Amino acid sequence: MPRRFALAAFLTVFALAVALVSTAVASPSRSAATPFPATITVSNGQVTIQKRPSRIVSLSATATETLFAIGAGKQVIAVDNQSDYPKTAPRTSLSGFTPNVEAIAGYRPDLVVISYDPKGLSEALGKLGIPVVHQDAAATLPGAYQQIRQLGKITGHTAEANALATGMKRKITAIVAKARAKAAGVTVYHELDPTLFTLTSNTFVGRVYALFGLRNIADAAKGGTEYPQLSAEYLISANPALIVLADTVCCAQNARTVAARPGWSRIAAVRTGSVVRLDDSIASRWGPRLVNLVRAVGTALGRLGRQ
Amino acid sequence: MEAAAATARAIRVRGVTPGWAVAAVAFLAVALVVGVVAGPVHIGVGDVLRSLGEKLGIPGVTSPLDATQESIVWDLRVPRVLLAGLVGGMLAIAGATYQGVFHNPLADPYLLGVAAGAGLGATLSIAYLPDALAGRHVLPVAAFAGASIAVVLAYAIGRAAGRERDAATLVLAGVTVASFFTALQTFVQQQNADTLQEVTSWILGSLPNTGWSDVVALTPYVLVATAVIVAMRRVVDVLSLGDLEAASLGVDVRRTRLTLVVAATVGTAAAVAVCGLIAFVGIIVPHAIRLVAGTSYRGLLPLSFVVGAGFLILADVVARTALAPAEVPIGVITALFGAPFFAFVLRTRGGRA
Repeated sequence: MPRRFALAAFLTVFALAVALVSTAVASPSRSAATPFPATITVSNGQVTIQKRPSRIVSLSATATETLFAIGAGKQVIAVDNQSDYPKTAPRTSLSGFTPNVEAIAGYRPDLVVISYDPKGLSEALGKLGIPVVHQDAAATLPGAYQQIRQLGKITGHTAEANALATGMKRKITAIVAKARAKAAGVTVYHELDPTLFTLTSNTFVGRVYALFGLRNIADAAKGGTEYPQLSAEYLISANPALIVLADTVCCAQNARTVAARPGWSRIAAVRTGSVVRLDDSIASRWGPRLVNLVRAVGTALGRLGRQ
Repeated sequence: MEAAAATARAIRVRGVTPGWAVAAVAFLAVALVVGVVAGPVHIGVGDVLRSLGEKLGIPGVTSPLDATQESIVWDLRVPRVLLAGLVGGMLAIAGATYQGVFHNPLADPYLLGVAAGAGLGATLSIAYLPDALAGRHVLPVAAFAGASIAVVLAYAIGRAAGRERDAATLVLAGVTVASFFTALQTFVQQQNADTLQEVTSWILGSLPNTGWSDVVALTPYVLVATAVIVAMRRVVDVLSLGDLEAASLGVDVRRTRLTLVVAATVGTAAAVAVCGLIAFVGIIVPHAIRLVAGTSYRGLLPLSFVVGAGFLILADVVARTALAPAEVPIGVITALFGAPFFAFVLRTRGGRA
């Protein structure tokens, strides 16, 4: 009798243990299958998405790139006229700068992602019961990674988004680590347009240059603006060793057109061929292709060292 | 009543004394020197002058500047100063001409839709032309074409109103065309938000760093336009009395006005095509001269060119150095410094004008 009791007790404990272990194993898989409702904190406050969205409208070119990169592309039904990457994105005439609420609502979206909120756009969509995620331009690299993770969370692609962000961080760190030694003290000029508008180290792209340890010649500009217009004569006397052109698409600039500008043939970067051509859109977005920007700078720095 | 007022004005017309002419030329000379010497990169006055001496071939003078400094002075500063002078002079003399021809003290070089037309042309070329074509080469041509179309349209509408001898009708036609073109431009701009920055910076006006090419391109237009206006300066005096008065004095009002307007407009359109819209020069410079030096167009027109040139050169010095090494749009400077200066002149000299 005591023996049977012992056996019963043992079986009971065993069953309980198995049950416990099985629930312990089952619970994470269950939570991964139903990660909704998902809540994130973005530029327009705390946003809760009740269920996995399947009709996403993106009015942010950066968010479009991210959504497609994390495998949420199939859930995207419309993107704005600036979202030119990837090519498979369903580009429409919707505008993120001068948006029309009715036109957006006409797509019956269950999620609208924006990077700019003009004239109460998010409020108007909110009144129609359409959830809006406003991700303002990232100011720092961690900010950019966080936006990717957030988009993953609210679209049901947490794992892919985390992998993307981690991978980007790893690649960028590796490129920077390799080029940092060559970048010490090297001066850089980042061109936004041929009238010499540029950016300081207080901007997202400026921080990328700072990461390398490059010295941005625009930091001398007074007036507190992060996007100053430089004097041509200052630029020539600052003699940057590296020039990054972010006006290759808008304004068809390249090493040749830059060299042809009066007085520019003497600039170190022009003489040594250290003029980097960058797709304008890569340099103005903070999404997955950020790695391309970092790689372009790293490659140019690598060449610089060999001269 | 009007005729009486005009006659009274005619009696009060004062000629410009030689003293003021000398002062204006001296002002321009000072502006030229300051313009070449001042800049975000500090180069000593003496060094610049010695470099100039070498360039002028003065024996025994050699430039102490290194290659980069030489390049800054001769490839950037000197052409930019000359460009500012050409544009400022052109806008000022065109403004004075318009004010005389249209008997309107508020007339400026952009009165007949030049600005709106040029703006539309520039915006269209930035927004729709293939990138390889757009930019420095096509933009000025498009701006010039737009400006010309706007003025021709304004003139045609004014004529169709059947009263083209009436200056007010032409001004109204200009305002109409300007509103229409501005609306079109805003629409195109909104459809192409990605090019907003380019369009905005063009509209605010800036002197480009294109070296000598823009100076060479602009000079013939400014020379011809200025020569025509200065040659006709006595007729402008008569025209400014009023259309009827001028006609009774034997002036072919319609033809004279057309010639003057075409000259002023062609010069303005060329300047706008190169530098964008630079506000206020065409209004304050002629009025400041009227207030201090005299109202006769014989002296006013040439003086406007000289003082306008000096004014814009100095405004550009401020634009280049105020936030150096960053730049401020020159249109902002001309209004920011021009308006208080003009208010001061108005207050101190107003009673005597």
